[in-house]
Amino acid sequence: MAKIDALHPWKEVPLGCAILEAGNSRQFKTGDWRSKIRPVTDQEKCIKCGMCWIFCPDMAYNQRADGFYDWNSYYCKGCGICARECPKEAIQMIAEEE
Amino acid sequence: MPIQKGMEVSIAVSEAVKLANVDVISAYPITPQTHIVEHLSELVADGELKAAFIPVESEHSALSAAVGAAAVGARAYTATSSQGLALMHEIMFVASSMRIPLVMTVVNRALSAPINIWNDLSDIMAQRDCGWVQLFAINGQEAVDLTLQAFKIAEDPRVLLPVAVNLDGFVLSHVIEPIELPDQEAVDRFLPVFKPTLRLDPDQPVSMGAFGSPEVFIEVKKQVEEALIGSQKVAAEVWKDFGDIFGRTYKPVESYKAKGAEILLVTMGSITETAMTAVDSMREKGRKVGLIHIRLWRPFPFKEFFQAIREAKCLAVVDRALVPGGVGGPVGLEIKSALFEKKERPYVAEFVAGLGGRDLTVEVFAEMAAKAERYAKTQKEMRYEMIGVREK
Repeated sequence: MAKIDALHPWKEVPLGCAILEAGNSRQFKTGDWRSKIRPVTDQEKCIKCGMCWIFCPDMAYNQRADGFYDWNSYYCKGCGICARECPKEAIQMIAEEE
Repeated sequence: MPIQKGMEVSIAVSEAVKLANVDVISAYPITPQTHIVEHLSELVADGELKAAFIPVESEHSALSAAVGAAAVGARAYTATSSQGLALMHEIMFVASSMRIPLVMTVVNRALSAPINIWNDLSDIMAQRDCGWVQLFAINGQEAVDLTLQAFKIAEDPRVLLPVAVNLDGFVLSHVIEPIELPDQEAVDRFLPVFKPTLRLDPDQPVSMGAFGSPEVFIEVKKQVEEALIGSQKVAAEVWKDFGDIFGRTYKPVESYKAKGAEILLVTMGSITETAMTAVDSMREKGRKVGLIHIRLWRPFPFKEFFQAIREAKCLAVVDRALVPGGVGGPVGLEIKSALFEKKERPYVAEFVAGLGGRDLTVEVFAEMAAKAERYAKTQKEMRYEMIGVREK
């Protein structure tokens, strides 16, 4: 479980534990319990099709200005869907270094 | 000036909901609650009440839809009984912890099995710990008044919790009583338009009912608990306002001929009026018997309860639900626990009676008072006694 930055005293917890800021789940780093593997993209093989970005269930891929996709370790769980769906087999799942 | 009219209590409750000018009613019919929502659907269909009536597919959905409606800022209402209330169980906790102000009438009926449509309090007592404000009406007028008051308590920014108004199935819900329905103008003065503190609004998006990790869960529960305890002060203010406008006064614990009484019957709900008749006849015979009835069950009004029983030597607690395998019924359990902190405390005789619609007559109350007096004399060790069970 990722750490929560601000821990409110009970009187300051928003009413009914509501989340008052839209889209703040981005701040919640969920990738710290990733399985022991992570994807690595070979950009020589990548055709910028975006299948990794489409299929990633945790939004761990973001497109760069040059059209390639960056992998974001904050959200990746190591599920390997990107590697399986990549039509060019450009993504390999490699063992995580301790 | 409003006048008293004879009407079925269920119909009167739906007229009170109309007077409260609700925006959304989501309900599923179940005996003996049916007349309330049936009449409300007629009022909506006839254009007399401008509200959305959502005929849902179950009670689970009825309460869920009411929670959703209140979350966007609507004044929301639902009603149920027994199995229907049981089906709402998980949403009961969701509603209070999300701080959703809505009002529900619970027309009290026994829980199955065996299937039974008659009255006791086993349905609401199974929801005791759901974090709702819980009120009990002893007659039709109270059912009307508490319904109006419930919205004002629920919607107070210091409370923001759901409120359940309890009335006994059939023996109260289906009887015709003289009832004074207040004027719309007076109700509008008493109950202003609901102004939500927080609501689902596309222009200012918030998320309600999200995940609460171990780092925050207990703080949320503390907040709900403090709001629930604090609702008693708000209820007192609401009752003061109500008295000023409508002339009828309400207290969390009410006493009847309790002055000088050595034995106090402790009741909740409509059996109270029968018990009062029993008290009258026992008083005529020179017995020092009185009565208190608990109107505000949650939050439990400890201070007012201690005040109400301070002269009594013996309490005869009448429970209409059982805590199986425990010390008796929920009211007895509450009272015994509350008294534990007191050095001087009355003897508590705990009776479980009237389950599944078994009649509680004047004679039965006299029997319980007499037994309580006898047990108190010898300080008989007892957990509880079930009244009226055939042994052979």
